[in-house]
Amino acid sequence: MLKTTPFHARTAPLVLGLTWRRWAGYAVASVYDWLHDREYAAIRNAAALIDVSPLYKYRISGRDAARLLDRVVTRNIGRLAPGRVTYTPWCDSRGKVIDDGTVSCLAEGEYRLTCADPLLRWLHQNAFRMDVQIEDVSEALGALALQGPLSRAVLEEVVESPLGPLGYFHITRNRIAGVDVEISRTGYTGDLGFELWVPAANALGVWDALTTAGSRYGLTPAGIWALDIARIEAGLLMADVDYTSAHRAVAESQMSTPYELSLDHAVALEKPAFNGREALAAEQASGPAWRFTGIEVDWVSFEALFTARGLSPSLPTVAWRTSVPIYRNGRQVGYASSGCWSPLLKKYIALAHVRAPHFAPDTPVEIEVTVDHERQRAGAWVRRLPFFDPPRKRA
Amino acid sequence: MAQVWDVVVIGGGHNGLVNAAYLARAGRKVLVLERRHVLGGAAVSEQIFPGFTFSVFSYVVSLLRPEIIRELELPRHGLHILPLESTLTPLPNGDYLAAWGDPDLTRRELYRHSPRDAEASVEFSRLMYHMARAVKPILGMIPPDPTSLSPAEVKGLFALGGHLRSLGAEHFHALYKLMTMSSADYLDEWFEFGPLKATKSASGIIGTFLGPRSPGSAYVLLHHYMGEIDGAYRAWGFCKGGNGSVSGAIASAARSFGATLRTNAPVRQVLVRNGRATGVVLESGEEIEARVVVSGLDARRTYLDLVESKELPPELLEQVRRFRFRGSSGKVNLALSELPDFTCLPGVGAHHRGAISISPSVEYLERAYDEAKYGEFSRRPYMDIVFPSMIDPGMAPPGQHVASVFVQYAPYHVNGGWTDAKREAFGDAVIDTLSEYAPNLKTAILHRQVLTPADIESTLGLSEGNIFQGELALHQLFFLRPAARWASYRTPIRGYYQCGSSSHPGGGVMGAAGRLAALRILAET
Ligand SMILES: Cc1cc2nc3c(=O)[nH]c(=O)nc-3n(C[C@H](O)[C@H](O)[C@H](O)COP(=O)(O)OP(=O)(O)OC[C@H]3O[C@@H](n4cnc5c(N)ncnc54)[C@H](O)[C@@H]3O)c2cc1C
Repeated sequence: MLKTTPFHARTAPLVLGLTWRRWAGYAVASVYDWLHDREYAAIRNAAALIDVSPLYKYRISGRDAARLLDRVVTRNIGRLAPGRVTYTPWCDSRGKVIDDGTVSCLAEGEYRLTCADPLLRWLHQNAFRMDVQIEDVSEALGALALQGPLSRAVLEEVVESPLGPLGYFHITRNRIAGVDVEISRTGYTGDLGFELWVPAANALGVWDALTTAGSRYGLTPAGIWALDIARIEAGLLMADVDYTSAHRAVAESQMSTPYELSLDHAVALEKPAFNGREALAAEQASGPAWRFTGIEVDWVSFEALFTARGLSPSLPTVAWRTSVPIYRNGRQVGYASSGCWSPLLKKYIALAHVRAPHFAPDTPVEIEVTVDHERQRAGAWVRRLPFFDPPRKRA
Repeated sequence: MAQVWDVVVIGGGHNGLVNAAYLARAGRKVLVLERRHVLGGAAVSEQIFPGFTFSVFSYVVSLLRPEIIRELELPRHGLHILPLESTLTPLPNGDYLAAWGDPDLTRRELYRHSPRDAEASVEFSRLMYHMARAVKPILGMIPPDPTSLSPAEVKGLFALGGHLRSLGAEHFHALYKLMTMSSADYLDEWFEFGPLKATKSASGIIGTFLGPRSPGSAYVLLHHYMGEIDGAYRAWGFCKGGNGSVSGAIASAARSFGATLRTNAPVRQVLVRNGRATGVVLESGEEIEARVVVSGLDARRTYLDLVESKELPPELLEQVRRFRFRGSSGKVNLALSELPDFTCLPGVGAHHRGAISISPSVEYLERAYDEAKYGEFSRRPYMDIVFPSMIDPGMAPPGQHVASVFVQYAPYHVNGGWTDAKREAFGDAVIDTLSEYAPNLKTAILHRQVLTPADIESTLGLSEGNIFQGELALHQLFFLRPAARWASYRTPIRGYYQCGSSSHPGGGVMGAAGRLAALRILAET
């Protein structure tokens, strides 16, 4: 049996088409409604509520908590003040990315790490001879992403003490429906949004409070299909989809470094020591062999491939997560790992790994598309990420 | 010294704005002159009552050309089209007919009423897809003149002929039928369930002074299907912020290319010297010089009001005088304290996020038309209703709503003329009819705005209040729109062009006329 999240009693009746999927051993909704169009639209136009409880969550505390995290992740945790959150990858000793996630500093010497894959063993291995407690709170905490331009308005209606400005990547404690929650100004949509960290036992009351208040703001529960489109527009990569964890990879060619994933801003080489530092310092000096970048398909050339066969262009309705070759001057120079039609931007976009020197923004390339069962190539351009970056995200 | 513009565009409707954007993008110095205080023409959003924003006239986006969205990068300028998924037809017997966003659900719903129609509708959609595909290239084409022997026109005709031949016999015949039949007769060949035929045929009467049994209405049906072939592009829906945001995005694009957009600048006349346009005079008397003048107004204003008759050949004047407007639609905009609760589907539900069609039977529509034929507004009209605040919550204060009610028939030439009393009586007929399906409506209304064809004419300058700048009747389309020999955006006056919905391919928030006119101007000047 798959596990169910703390919000299951509320989400289950909303899944009209039995469209469940697996995420970290849990059943979550791919889509609630018949189509995901409206759920996606809620993320960009109103407010969406996404159950992200299956994330792995670890509470790390004690005198050496920061030391442990600083050894594991590539960001500088020593500088992370209480009430702040940071996004970071973490690497093995060769500088190959294991996973990525967020670190929240809940109080002096108290942190929470979220990740896509389990990390308990790796954390313990790294905590050797440190004064630190590592607690797996994955099941104890439900998590809800409240995302979209009206998310703040909804939240302000339900919090028991005023929300205050709560800046981008800040975290605070509050109460909703009598339940103690943590609220972070984070998310996986590239929009204005919050994540709520809720004790599993009292999760339903929080859901109810949000959906009741949210009905006046167009709040819509949204599934993973909608989230996937939003995160591609936001240029946010996904572990095990856009890159292979160094812990899962079989061959070195499958692995990526943070520079290859274009996560330069998240690598604090100035830290004295952390896993992978030496390899990363060397790579930084020589320049990465790959970059993770955006691809925009040239609509005119895409449409022409279909017109030539008497067809109208057909676009994926759901984001794809397969490897698709990228070419330049007839030779393969990379591969896309996720892609979708952006209903907002009206562009066919993808996230891709492109080899040096072909990754400069606006480089013309080609992408493989299947038209009438035949492999064809449509024109495309390398584009700077993110595709969509509204000022409200940080405002 | 006064500045000389490369181009002055008269009218800041969406077509005028598209035209200006393309010309500015090509490096021309462009000035747009709009009579009203807002840009957009029939595509405007206004806060008529504090806190409540309305798409005052046009209210959905269905035909906006994908190439315009792309070439002008409208999403970057704020265009955000949101899904409008369903259509609900409440029925007098307390039941309903619904078309949902999901094809299987829709089929099952239809099966409830007619198993035969459920199957036929799949086939029908396929045919309409082919038809729309057949017509689509025509939308992007400057109409060739079939009587001209100039090489360019002949080449255009060959392209058109080749295109029609490529349809194959079956589709060519279907297209011919669509061009000539009434929508009700055409649908009778396919379906048996009355409310289904009525709801589908309703799109054949929108904006025309035709009933569902009038020949020629089938083509209008097709016109409305056209948006669907760009299904993949998903350009169909409700624009965030209302249809004014479509115009807003186009205006922003035009400005980014360097165009100057002036509001409160009504144009009185186009200046013509030796058969050539040299500029315009505003109502204020201000003169503005330009090498090219483009009118985004309808044919009547473009030819009969803005220029002196002596500048135009009498055959053209005659054709324009006979160009049919005959506005037949009205609009009621409501601010609501709560959503209408439909007896057939109680409570707030998915149907409130789609369209509500008051079209219970073809006879109902035909009767509504009969009243209009004899100079009265329909006591029980056809209505197409959406609740924009259910799609974009920003349209109304939290928890409150706006409704957009498109109404037919409201004839421009109403017996006794439109008066304030008649306008209110028309508004009452709309509310009374709607209340039969949603009894809480009357108590939910906070404010109402009623627009008759006369109001549409006086506010926007659309002659006789015709929403499409002239009826979409077959004899007023393609190389006859707005007049034979003058369907290619040119006019007999050198340097004077037209770019509004009175020219090919006609009305709707489509932008096609503005773009094609710009391409023509760029090629010729
Ligand atoms: C009530 C209503 C509902 C509709 N619903 C829909 C819908 O849902 N979907 C859809 O696709 N289409 C709809 N339509 C049709 C569509 O809105 C129009 O066909 C389209 O907007 C016309 O655009 P245009 O730019 O060609 O002309 P217009 O919008 O008519 O623009 C002409 C402009 O010129 C200005 N003007 C007039 N005289 C002068 C002057 N002397 N000097 C300067 N400026 C002047 C006017 O103020 C106006 O801004 C609707 C129309 C109406 C009226």
